[in-house]
Amino acid sequence: MSGDLHIGAAGVWRRKVSFSFDGEQLNAYEGETLAAALYAQGRRTLRISRDDDGPRGAFCFMGICQECVVLIDGRQTEACRTPVREGLVAERLR
Amino acid sequence: MTAPLDLIVLGAGPAGAAAALKARALGLSVALIDEAPEPGGQVYRAPSAGLVGAPAEADRVKGDELRARLKASGASLHLNQRVWSLTAGFSVIAIGPDGPLTLEAPNLIVAPGAVERPIPVSGWTLPGVIGLAGATVLLKSHGVLPGRRVVVAGSGPLLLLVASKIVAAGGEVAAVVDAAPRASWFGRLGAMAARPDLMAKGGRWLLQLLKARVPLHSGAAIRAIHGRDGVASVEIGPVDAHWRPTPGPARAIEADAVCLGFGLLPSTEITRLLGARHRYEPELGGWLPEVGASLETSVPGLFVAGDGGGVRGADAAPLSGELAAIGVARRLGHSGDLEQQAIAVTARWRRSARFGAAMSALAMPPPGAVAMIGAQTTVCRCEGLTRATLDTAIAAGAWTLADLKAATRCGMGPCGGRVCGEAAAMLIEAATGLSREAIGQPSARPPLRPVPLAAIAGDFAYDDLPIPAPAPL
Repeated sequence: MSGDLHIGAAGVWRRKVSFSFDGEQLNAYEGETLAAALYAQGRRTLRISRDDDGPRGAFCFMGICQECVVLIDGRQTEACRTPVREGLVAERLR
Repeated sequence: MTAPLDLIVLGAGPAGAAAALKARALGLSVALIDEAPEPGGQVYRAPSAGLVGAPAEADRVKGDELRARLKASGASLHLNQRVWSLTAGFSVIAIGPDGPLTLEAPNLIVAPGAVERPIPVSGWTLPGVIGLAGATVLLKSHGVLPGRRVVVAGSGPLLLLVASKIVAAGGEVAAVVDAAPRASWFGRLGAMAARPDLMAKGGRWLLQLLKARVPLHSGAAIRAIHGRDGVASVEIGPVDAHWRPTPGPARAIEADAVCLGFGLLPSTEITRLLGARHRYEPELGGWLPEVGASLETSVPGLFVAGDGGGVRGADAAPLSGELAAIGVARRLGHSGDLEQQAIAVTARWRRSARFGAAMSALAMPPPGAVAMIGAQTTVCRCEGLTRATLDTAIAAGAWTLADLKAATRCGMGPCGGRVCGEAAAMLIEAATGLSREAIGQPSARPPLRPVPLAAIAGDFAYDDLPIPAPAPL
């Protein structure tokens, strides 16, 4: 899994914003959800399961499965329902 | 609220939007509420706010038209609202960007749509395995490919839609893996012929895949998905007519993502919460609320439109929305030619519904499909429960979804059983031979969605808490 999965012909994105995920500085297109921005850039593991120690990532992208829940401003939030804004700080759940 | 409402429409997809527009045309005061930032539902999903100049695909154009009409309709739109509870009569209780919201009206049309039915397979918890419906969100809303080289697997028409969108966007589809044997598609041709236009749409998707030389496997399913940090390869093999894996040769396909889904099931948590009667009808996706001719449920004033009342597709959905709106107007005592209108809309709805229902039935896994779930496969992702764990509890007597939840916590996690409930019911069915009616549905209780407690409670200080006067002695 490498490179960026954004489709060139999908349209023109207005502008980029920067955010951090687990301390790593990343860019996203303004308005896209955190789940899509992370997925497109190959940051697909959003938590490690306490049950089997396996990696987990977003599954439904529509607010049902809760697999994309991350910590934003100290609060558990679904990444698929959170548009990325400039300076957003998100962390994986521990 | 300023003026009393005649009607609340819950869900702004094709069915709910049409219901709101029709109700406005009939002179009703209407509020339309949805979880997404823009109306459109899944099919006419609006592209992300930051994406401009996206190509004018047919669904995009239709969605933009719908959004414009809704904004001009005079219906009050409540978007970005997460409905987490409802009470009879009706109150719709939501949490949105500006805090809590409660809407009240004597009539409620629910148009909640459908959710995807996953069947757990070994390795489906790996990052990079996403739902077919989730893939359409990535592709339509965000212009993001599910992967560089994708296996699209499961059943039903979404397979072709997602695969053709990936190809059109320049991605590679390593294989389409359809559990239904090719013959079952031909078996539905009669019903599909009711809508030659839609059949042609499916034909175009198929042609696009053939042109891109995408391997199409019918009567096959994923045996296992392998990888360490994410999807690396996918093992597929043949299934029999009941979708049970057969000893035939397995093959390994290199891929970095999997889109997986086995059709849609009606979203019934709201009608269940409000106490409507439901019945199990596999041809329409499973459990659905019982309705009369005007789509009113067993709860007076509660109507259901679109896939939430049985999966009949996006083409039939607006007609059922109109029918429900006419039903509400009649219930409010409006007269005129409403009866004639209802008859005309019903006829058109039936025609479209026939096609949609045939598609839905094509995607519906037969009970044998439960054999795809391996003993060590995680079924309930929230609570980390494998099939073996659930089978043990079922063997010990957990013969309903409620019992299974009490015994194992299956369905008790944050998804509320909406991801694992169907698979759990299939496991009980396979082990006990009980009917779905006996196995039951997952219970629906508020909060229907996870909501932050602080957001519901609002800002208050300890001194603000009302202290009731002491009871007289």
